Amino acid sequence: MEKVIELRDVWVRYGTQTILEAINLELKEPNGLLGIIGPNGGGKTTFLKVLLGLLKPYRGSVKLFGKSPEKSRELVGYVPQYRGFDFDFPISVWEVALTGRMSHTGLLRKYHEQDKKAAEEALKTVEMFQYRDRQIGQLSGGQRQRVFIARALATNPKLLLLDEPNSGLDPHMQDELYRLLDRLKQKMAIIMVTHDLSAVSIYVDKIACLNRTLHYHDSREIPIEDLEATYQCPVELIAHGIPHRVLSNHEGNS
Amino acid sequence: MFELLQYNFIQNALAAAILASIACGIIGVYVVVKKIVFISGGIAHASFGGIGLGYYLGINPMFGVLPFSLVSALIMGTVSKKSKIPEDSAIGILWSLGMALGIIFVYLTPGYAPDLMTYLFGNILTVPRLDLYFMLALDIIIIGAVYLFYKEFLALCFDEEFTTVQGLPTQKLYLFLLCIIALTIVVLIKVVGIILVIALLTIPASLSRKFTHNLKQMMLISIIFGTVISVTGIGLSYALNVPSGATIILILSLVYGLVAFGMEINENRRISGN
Repeated sequence: MEKVIELRDVWVRYGTQTILEAINLELKEPNGLLGIIGPNGGGKTTFLKVLLGLLKPYRGSVKLFGKSPEKSRELVGYVPQYRGFDFDFPISVWEVALTGRMSHTGLLRKYHEQDKKAAEEALKTVEMFQYRDRQIGQLSGGQRQRVFIARALATNPKLLLLDEPNSGLDPHMQDELYRLLDRLKQKMAIIMVTHDLSAVSIYVDKIACLNRTLHYHDSREIPIEDLEATYQCPVELIAHGIPHRVLSNHEGNS
Repeated sequence: MFELLQYNFIQNALAAAILASIACGIIGVYVVVKKIVFISGGIAHASFGGIGLGYYLGINPMFGVLPFSLVSALIMGTVSKKSKIPEDSAIGILWSLGMALGIIFVYLTPGYAPDLMTYLFGNILTVPRLDLYFMLALDIIIIGAVYLFYKEFLALCFDEEFTTVQGLPTQKLYLFLLCIIALTIVVLIKVVGIILVIALLTIPASLSRKFTHNLKQMMLISIIFGTVISVTGIGLSYALNVPSGATIILILSLVYGLVAFGMEINENRRISGN
């Protein structure tokens, strides 16, 4: 069985600044949801860009399904963070979903029947197929987020990467998003990064903390030391509405 | 008015207006939605170096512009993305560099540079037959490229990063799009001149955006706007004996202003009506 993700001693720098330091991560299970939390500017987006092959680490190796990120395009779906995006762009929901098929079509080939079928299925999964002719600016924030998830699903990925998918969504829409991810994680591995601790909900199977370095223990609990090292200040988790403990039992904390 | 159509130069002018409207209608849409107006303006102005080179070598300046604008598109696209200086500064430098080269070339050319003003400000009433065939050939290349790369250009303009993640060579596609813009600029030079080319690349496309949210329809509507307005402009400039390029752009700006203003009022009325 191939490992979904294998990062070995990955370092990333912008100029003289080190953004990611000695990152090791191994993800074996082909399904499930890994939540990565960490403060803003902690390197979460950079981490995803390394997985996507958009950024080359200056040290270390990145393998997805045993291959380089460039060679695993057809297996990876990506839902970027849309801040300051031009939603007035003349493109329909249907056209957006189809662009998720380009890793299969490549250059110059037109979209075939199977591409249209995959896009249709992806839009149906997120319940946006009936809006396929709408221009993306005519959707609500939550609907738009679902279209971008559909675009990633059209690729038929085995690994889905989401960058702050809950930002800008109201609690009801966030809940809907998590339930969608909960369904999707039966069929693929999902990594979701977020700065929002409350996003660490019942749906996350495993959790990691990222602030330049990655704390990951292959479990859904984080030792309070890791959390405090990540946020570099004492962290108080208000755990109401979360039916499981995110924090492990801790001396003087029971 | 109809006897005017019997004149050869008027027929040529109308043909040039239609050929130019097709090119700028299609490519202007990309310039507007990808927000690359400034770099397109840079390519247009830097092409003046090619005009100067044409004079200096004693060839038709149009043949000097073609390679020059393509090379400036490639350099601008590469430098603005890859170098450490901010993109708009890089464009500003190359923009003026191309123009300065053109001025030096013209200065070094012995004798007088005829028609220099028509390349700067355009004169659609003096377009020769040969230039029309040249424009037609470029139009065919532009349409062919957009037909072949329609889905790639749409994806590139909408979300460059996601397109890269899909495994497409986005940097090369972007440079290719800039080259197609350079070809479009060459088509437009005779109509409005280098200085005003950017108006034809932005106004018809911005106008069409007010009427549709579909890229193909945007192209079609801006071709129609471009054709109707440039033909009107030719007629007016002939009747009033004023420069044709500037007249076309004045009408374009006027129509854009009226449409934008009209829609604003409509919108306000709808909101207050509710």
